[in-house]
Amino acid sequence: MLELQTIYKTFNPGTINEKAALKGISLSLEDGDFVTVIGGNGAGKSTMLNAVAGTWFVDEGKILIDGKDVTKLPEHKRAVYLGRVFQDPMTGTAATMEIQENLALASRRGKLRSLRRGITRQEREQYQTLLETLNLGLETRMTSKVGLLSGGQRQALTLLMATLKKPKLLLLDEHTAALDPKTAAKVLEITDQIVNRDHLTTLMITHNMRDAIAHGNRLIMMSEGRIILDIRGEDKKKLTVQNLLDQFEKASGEEFSNDQALLG
Amino acid sequence: MEIMNLINALPGAVAQGLIWGIMAIGVYLTFRILDVADLTVDGTMCTGGAVCIMMMQAGFGVWPSLLAATAAGMLAGLATGIFHTFMGIPAILSGILTQLSLYSVNLKIMGKANQAINVSKFDLLVSLRYIKGVPFYQNTIFLVALFIIALIAILYWFFGTELGCAIRATGCNSSMSRAQGINTNFNTVLGLMLSNGLVALSSALLAQYQGFADVNMGRGAIVIGLAAVIIGEAIFGKIFRNFALRLLAVALGSILYYLVLQTVIWLGIDTDLLKLLSALVVAVFLAIPYWKGKYVSKPVKRGGNTNA
Repeated sequence: MLELQTIYKTFNPGTINEKAALKGISLSLEDGDFVTVIGGNGAGKSTMLNAVAGTWFVDEGKILIDGKDVTKLPEHKRAVYLGRVFQDPMTGTAATMEIQENLALASRRGKLRSLRRGITRQEREQYQTLLETLNLGLETRMTSKVGLLSGGQRQALTLLMATLKKPKLLLLDEHTAALDPKTAAKVLEITDQIVNRDHLTTLMITHNMRDAIAHGNRLIMMSEGRIILDIRGEDKKKLTVQNLLDQFEKASGEEFSNDQALLG
Repeated sequence: MEIMNLINALPGAVAQGLIWGIMAIGVYLTFRILDVADLTVDGTMCTGGAVCIMMMQAGFGVWPSLLAATAAGMLAGLATGIFHTFMGIPAILSGILTQLSLYSVNLKIMGKANQAINVSKFDLLVSLRYIKGVPFYQNTIFLVALFIIALIAILYWFFGTELGCAIRATGCNSSMSRAQGINTNFNTVLGLMLSNGLVALSSALLAQYQGFADVNMGRGAIVIGLAAVIIGEAIFGKIFRNFALRLLAVALGSILYYLVLQTVIWLGIDTDLLKLLSALVVAVFLAIPYWKGKYVSKPVKRGGNTNA
């Protein structure tokens, strides 16, 4: 479904801020894979996701989604294949627009936006039923501005928007990191629910080892712009935090130094 | 200070306010919807009038001339849009570049710095002679008010369409828009064209109203436009929630601006100082949201919502 072929990306080349963020990453996702991505700060997790999303172009390498080469496709054209949820709840929604308008925008992803109505009555009913499944009471606030929602509500809505048109690939960039633990758990539950319902191929970055182990069928760990661990199948099911830490030390030759990942 | 002088001047102020109201609606589209301060308008506010007057002098009717003026304004917006998106120049600087270019363009359109049009020789749509003593359907205030209502209706419809929603989303959150497959560059350019088209239309009406187009007639237009937007929001913001009413508030803000201006002139202020005062008033109003955020403490919101 997704194929990354030796991707390189360096930020600010030739300056003192030069940072080689991705050093030849290769990754291949099967249809229906739910991959969790873990790693310390600056490991290149978000950079990898942005490379797939097309936030900028990569220096070297090839990106294929469902067999199509999208390496040179601009972000808004790549969006046809992708559903995205960001770390910052503010990023995924338009704050000054209504809940239903945000959903309507998302439902037109990949379609030509013409002079037809921005939202139809039929859609309103459809969105209402959809919002009911979230159990957040949003179905009664369809015309509220999204800016009035809490972070958790906004992330849940963004998830809904990302998957309203079934994407080839769902990209979750630490989408629970900005939420309190209870809300984060709820948003993760909704994530699982949607991913399972639609059998979505998913790439989920998390800073939380427990979440990385508990979700998905495959786990990759990144360090300094490389993938250093790739655990799947039965091995993934048996994984424990201690086990993962041991493997990290063996693979990278250093101790895992991210408190947040350990304590979370 | 004869009060009758002021009262007699008020209808003219209202007419001017209405004409500038169209311009202010254009500024609203960029400033509030696209979230861009577009300085192109200082140039466009002359281009529209220049095109309209030259077309009419060449024998075209008033409607084709207004249409051509609007199209010229849209081209100016296109230029700024290309500077901003394709060439990556910051929006403010892009606007300044186009504005400066338009100074030359406007001179070339008119052939000299000032072109007059005589109301008794040409069939003008609006004029300061059509304020009193004409049937109501010829009255400038009535006609421009109709214009504004029609424009608001069209804009209300447009910003409810898929395309209009995409422009709104682009101005509100460009990352989100791109993630939802919206071509933010295209929509920014489209928004700038729409806005400058309206400004040029306003300019064309203003040139007819005052009977001439002048290369300096757009100087400081952005400040007048912003003043109208801000006055409209300050006075009607709490009650006018609907998008159409917000646009109406901008037009009303423009009228109020000209009424206040007329009153201040009547009070005998040195008119050389008017632009300085306008700029200061706008500066203070623009600062209010910043000061509010900085110095007025709000109750801290902790954690997430329990039902989220």
